[in-house]
Amino acid sequence: MRRRTFLTGLGALGAAGLVGCGSKSEDGYKADPDSLQVYSAQHENLTKAWAEAFTSATGIKVQVRKGSDASMGHQIVAEGSASPADVFLTENSPAMTLVERNKLLAPLNEATRRQVPAHLTPSSKSWTSIAARSTVLVYNTAKLDKSVLPKSLMDLAAPQWKDRWGCAPGGADFQAIVAGMLAGQGEQKTTDWLDGLKSNARVLQNNIATMKSVNAGEIECGVIYHYYWYRDQAGTKEGSGNTALHYFRNQDPGAFVSLSGGAVLARTKKPTEAHKFLTFITSKAGQQVLVDSQSMEYAVGSGVASAPALPPLNSLQAPPVDPFTLNSDKVTELMTDVGII
Amino acid sequence: MPWLVVAAAVLVAAVMVLPVLVVIGQASASGDEASRLLLRPRTAELLGNTMLLVLLTVPITVLLGCGAAWLVERTTLPGAGTWRTLLLAPLAIPAFVSSYAWTSVLPEVQGLAGAVFITALAYYPFVFLPAAALLRALDQGHLDAARSLGSSGLGAVLRVAMPQLRPAITGGALLVALHLLAEFGVLQMMRFPTFTTAILQQFAVGFSNAAGSLLAAVLVVLCIGLLALEVPLRGRARIARMGSGARQRPVAYRLGAWTIPASAALAALVGLALLVPLVLVLRWLVRAMTSGAVVVGPLLAATGSTVGLAVLAGLAASVAALPAAWLLHRHPSRLATALERVTYLASALPGVVIGLALVTLAVQWARPVYQTAALAVLAYTVLFMPRAMVAWRSGLAAAPPELLEASRSLGLSGLRTLIRVVLPLVLPSALTGFVLVFLATSTELTATLLLAPTGTETLATAFWSASDELDYVASAPYAAAMIALSAPLTILLRRQILDQR
Repeated sequence: MRRRTFLTGLGALGAAGLVGCGSKSEDGYKADPDSLQVYSAQHENLTKAWAEAFTSATGIKVQVRKGSDASMGHQIVAEGSASPADVFLTENSPAMTLVERNKLLAPLNEATRRQVPAHLTPSSKSWTSIAARSTVLVYNTAKLDKSVLPKSLMDLAAPQWKDRWGCAPGGADFQAIVAGMLAGQGEQKTTDWLDGLKSNARVLQNNIATMKSVNAGEIECGVIYHYYWYRDQAGTKEGSGNTALHYFRNQDPGAFVSLSGGAVLARTKKPTEAHKFLTFITSKAGQQVLVDSQSMEYAVGSGVASAPALPPLNSLQAPPVDPFTLNSDKVTELMTDVGII
Repeated sequence: MPWLVVAAAVLVAAVMVLPVLVVIGQASASGDEASRLLLRPRTAELLGNTMLLVLLTVPITVLLGCGAAWLVERTTLPGAGTWRTLLLAPLAIPAFVSSYAWTSVLPEVQGLAGAVFITALAYYPFVFLPAAALLRALDQGHLDAARSLGSSGLGAVLRVAMPQLRPAITGGALLVALHLLAEFGVLQMMRFPTFTTAILQQFAVGFSNAAGSLLAAVLVVLCIGLLALEVPLRGRARIARMGSGARQRPVAYRLGAWTIPASAALAALVGLALLVPLVLVLRWLVRAMTSGAVVVGPLLAATGSTVGLAVLAGLAASVAALPAAWLLHRHPSRLATALERVTYLASALPGVVIGLALVTLAVQWARPVYQTAALAVLAYTVLFMPRAMVAWRSGLAAAPPELLEASRSLGLSGLRTLIRVVLPLVLPSALTGFVLVFLATSTELTATLLLAPTGTETLATAFWSASDELDYVASAPYAAAMIALSAPLTILLRRQILDQR
């Protein structure tokens, strides 16, 4: 009896497993040597929309491998020159910088560079921005009056803000913000601010958790990227119905704009197609795909207007930091020393 | 010692320990940075948090698991059969799903208390399962003999029942502790930083993975500590009995007036561990169905590849764990113990660390298997082997050497003894190990993202894509599918308790 139960169970599972494996090969669930391999940490919907638009425009097949910024960047480095990736897309720049430092990126081609304004392309010219997101302060309108909002992100380190705000300092998003602060305000002010964060802020797991915490009134305000709020507003407003956004502007560290990156891998076996892909997603047509995808990120290509709900990118008065010389190592060190990570 | 088995066990141990060696190698590359990174208040904070979590949660799971097992198996509690199923069912619910459910109904569930609460509810079945199986099989005659020799009721339990329960309890407790060391999703949501959450943060912001690897190396040291601790706790008692015919049926303890509070306690446990997450997932699912967010094609494809990978991983881990477990059972020695113990090391590390180590290894030494299902299955085997190992060990304990010697003396070859005597005795436990590995694999995320073939979507990766954007309605079908897939398997586990002789 026991044995029969076991064998029956095992047989059923094995059969199910074989069916599973069988359906995999039919649907092409393996790396296809004829397809362009895109490693993407960008939002799945957006990447998919880009890949489909690119294939219908050029006939070149695309296969997307999804992941998150951090593990995918480390994965490409671990793969080294043997990486199957042809193109890498990130949400924030640190993962791209990691790959760039390991000298695994090919220089951008002329066509791509012409399509993106110079201040949104790194001096190294080995990758380009493909989208942008702005830092904002989301606040609970019942708990915090517009008139008492902080003038600067730096103010949140002051004692009167203790236990009233939150952020997600463990993520790459936030690290970019601090890197911007370090470049603009110097090491001493940044360290002091991080100390203030450690004692004042509620540490949350990500931007959405921060926004929801504010919406629920657990904290009065939080530091997030803009598109989480706009997406929720466009949808159910479930996570943001009780909140509004405050833009710091005035070149404040809190007005920092972070860039999503795209690059071609140096050892790609399909350089022509890979460059074509990058040129496509930064072109007017490709950037329009971004705008239409409801991802609510800013378009960065010349001559493309972002989603109408967003205040224009050039009205945000972002601090004049060169996002490509940001010293993220130093930021990691400071955050590690303060004990946030 | 049979050299073939030793060779197999050595081979398995070598493969299991390789990724750990890669991690330690990367950690030592940090050189002078090491002391600066390790000797700081944050490390002490992480160490304290990690230890506190283990020290609080493990005893609670032992208490819950053994208490529930005793009520179900050795008392007059009504509806024991139903309780057995319900008490095992939390195994079917991924811990990160239940932690999301809890935070959404009760935001106060967070920090250390929240982390202990969620992990204890998610992991107590690891103790309940072996404890219930053994309590059911416990010979009443042993207890009666102890009583007739003048022992008190409690004394009989402590001196006769406990020694027999010890391997099961310590094995279960070890699994719980290893899971706690590697747990990420729940603790991240509870905002309770441990070594594992810190490692993932270092990976997220770090430009070299030296800092993350260094913290991972500390985790390996903690794991070695736990493994060393379990050896003396398990004891050396042999628990097998000869024959299967003359066991005295257990005399159920009369609960009397305690029936109602006891039932209420179990109901509360099941309600907290099972009902809250289940109701929430169902609520998302209903909303997903009414809004038309359920797309059948991708859901079926993801279910198919999840089942395929999980079956392969379950088989691979079961086969790989057998040589060391067998060796430890038949030829206990320091070598056998060492070969068994090293297979636990990698499981204390978060999936992303093992995943990246395997990327490094495969790209350099085994290029053809890179990003094939084979490498993903290897990763699952490395990560979840302890589940199979613990199951084999309790199973083999039921097949004492004397039976095998009798079989050999009656003229059967070693292989035929294995097939005709040993396997029938240990198969239920083998099935338990297989199912436990299957359950873990079907919800694994981070190693899957790194290693699965490009284009392969599993239920966990699909759930993650949707839930990462906090689109819980779109993620609901995948969460529900994970639970639906796991539920029948937990019923198979229930048979393991019933079939134990």
